Amino acid sequence: MTMMKSLVMGTAMAVLTSTTAMAAGHGCDISEGRVNIVGNEFPAIQSVAAAALECASGVEAESNLTADHQKINLAGMQGNPAEYTSAIVANSSIVALINEDVVRPLDDLVAMYGQDIPARQLITIDGKVMAVAFMANAQHLVYRKDVLEQIGMDVPTSYEEVLAAAEKIRAEGIMENPVGGAYAAGWNLAEEFVNMYLGTGGQFFEPGTANVSINNAQGVEALEMMKALTEYMNPDYLTHDSNATSAEWEAGNVALMNMWGSRTGPLMDTEGSEEVVYSNTVAGGPLTVGDSGNAASTLWWDGWTIAKNISDEDAAATFQALAHATSPALLNDETMEQAVWLMDGFEPQPLNEGVLATVAAGANPYPMLPFMGLLHTSLGDNIADYLQGNESAEQTLADIEAAYTAAAKEQGFLQ
Amino acid sequence: MKHSTFFWFVLPSAILMLLFIALPIVSVVTQSFYSAHEQVIVTVENCGPFGCTESTAVDQEATQALQDEEPLGKWVGTAIYTDRNHLALGEISDAWISADGLPDFGRSLMNLPFYKAMAFTLTYTFIVTPLTIILGFFIAIAVNSVAQALKGPTIFLSLLPMIVTPLVGSLIIFWMVDARGVLGAGLQWLASDPNLSVKASTAMMWMMLMFYGVWHSAPFAFVVFYSGLQTVNTDTLEAAMIDGASRWERIRHVVIPHLFPLTTFVALIQLMDNFRVFEPIVSFQAQAHATSLSYAIFNDLGGETRLLSSAAATSVLTIIGVAILLSPVMVRTYRDFTPRS
Repeated sequence: MTMMKSLVMGTAMAVLTSTTAMAAGHGCDISEGRVNIVGNEFPAIQSVAAAALECASGVEAESNLTADHQKINLAGMQGNPAEYTSAIVANSSIVALINEDVVRPLDDLVAMYGQDIPARQLITIDGKVMAVAFMANAQHLVYRKDVLEQIGMDVPTSYEEVLAAAEKIRAEGIMENPVGGAYAAGWNLAEEFVNMYLGTGGQFFEPGTANVSINNAQGVEALEMMKALTEYMNPDYLTHDSNATSAEWEAGNVALMNMWGSRTGPLMDTEGSEEVVYSNTVAGGPLTVGDSGNAASTLWWDGWTIAKNISDEDAAATFQALAHATSPALLNDETMEQAVWLMDGFEPQPLNEGVLATVAAGANPYPMLPFMGLLHTSLGDNIADYLQGNESAEQTLADIEAAYTAAAKEQGFLQ
Repeated sequence: MKHSTFFWFVLPSAILMLLFIALPIVSVVTQSFYSAHEQVIVTVENCGPFGCTESTAVDQEATQALQDEEPLGKWVGTAIYTDRNHLALGEISDAWISADGLPDFGRSLMNLPFYKAMAFTLTYTFIVTPLTIILGFFIAIAVNSVAQALKGPTIFLSLLPMIVTPLVGSLIIFWMVDARGVLGAGLQWLASDPNLSVKASTAMMWMMLMFYGVWHSAPFAFVVFYSGLQTVNTDTLEAAMIDGASRWERIRHVVIPHLFPLTTFVALIQLMDNFRVFEPIVSFQAQAHATSLSYAIFNDLGGETRLLSSAAATSVLTIIGVAILLSPVMVRTYRDFTPRS
């Protein structure tokens, strides 16, 4: 279905963008090879895939965009030849592909076909280009302008101020649970801890090793702040992922939340919520925690890779199609507000301000470490115990470390 | 039957069972005794749109050399079974030594993922299975006495919970018990507590999962018992009526003994199904309150780094668990079908 949609989209986009492509000067003259892209499904990636397929219309080209892309991209790239010639990934998910050695270094292809790609878009690991990034994403404060005016408080810049504002909103009877957040047990909850822990200035691992080190004062501080926030959340918060949190926002039940930049668009459009909600929804900057002054958020990029187990012709065709699809030629009135694009010619839109402010605040990129995924899973499995009041923060942190250590031993990262 | 005829008769199914049941189990068992190779980690500099950072990466060439030497992985024996994320033998003995009384030991035990999952799985299995059988039996009795013209529609309605896909069925209930859903708001009104939330309380989440389990599998028990009811000897029933037996006495002394062998069958299937409880946990997003062995396997394979050996070990533990659970019923069935000499 997704594949069908992408193909149809591709045709539609072909009509739309062919003029732009020609104007840009370098059209697509791919005459041999094969293109097959696997990736996540949201508007920005759909635009990129459609443009790539349109560019490769002369050869065998298809795409498979699905929210479950991480479950199929590794298996689809391990064969020889690989089913997928390219996977669109983020800084967390590229690690799984690199660990299994299924993506190729792109230096020679960049030299041949990618001289126009600015250096900031190239993701290099140990000096080798492994991916080309095309958009940035981050979580940041989203707030209701009207509610803050009503209680007479400034826009919060720290979580401490969020708590103060939430208390006042509740005390004045405006909202019962004014704070929102994607705190669903599992990946989302772990991501919130990663943000908060980096905000306290914590380090996840002993430098240069896979030894985890989160059972410390910063870890406790991060957990305590998360628990303090949950006091002002809908009691069902452990089942609220980004979708459910957005729905709470659109229902007008929430006035302050930490949310993904890529999801602010739907909150500000006229669909799904009343005028008082969408017209007062504003993207703020990242929040800090404690007195460290660090932004409690992580920076993310989305980019594309090229499979290792494919012929050089297929790799060249895929590289050219995607390089074209993520060039300034992609940007037009429709695509401009779909993401914070990294290409030249991107003009920031009001709803992108949160992500740009997070980048400007010097937030840390999400750690691109081979064993970070294991820690993320352990975090997601254990933090709920503390938030529910079943055990102490230290016990939860010790459990996370123990669960991670057992998994890391099994994967060969620890002895 | 001649031995050769019997041999040729069962050969096709024996081959299929070997291919599709025995070999996958052998492969899972093998996998569970191997772990990934030692990963050679090097410090590298990563650069991207947000600047450069010192980081670590896997040295592919060195790791590849290890992999080529032993393609199956590193032999670790039962190390994965005994580690903290599975049987956690080391943690248990530590907890036993340092525990301050049995309740404290219990708390330490419930803090280990395997035992936490087992606690829910076993409670679920032993509550849902009998309730399913009892409810299924009473639905069957009730439907059997409905007027002939209404039987078709009644049977269809009674089967609906089983026809609905488990994920969809549980999602529907999940939305209904949401604090802003019909049932959730109704409960808040009944308890006159505006902050009551089924999803936030572990006890209520367990009750909801078990309620769902009974709701979903009662139709299966119903269908089996209903077909059994069609073969009840009417002469015996009429004789009992003439003797002045009430409806309950007829059910108690004629129908139930007749259906008893079917109960064994339903119990067997239900024990197996309930021990593998999985879909409701996913769609109720209940992992913060309840996990099961199947959910642990899903979790191992769903992360960004897949834990194949861990998932394999949990699978083997599930098979062992099902075998232990079914053994009393199996022994009973075996006795029933062995002619006594």
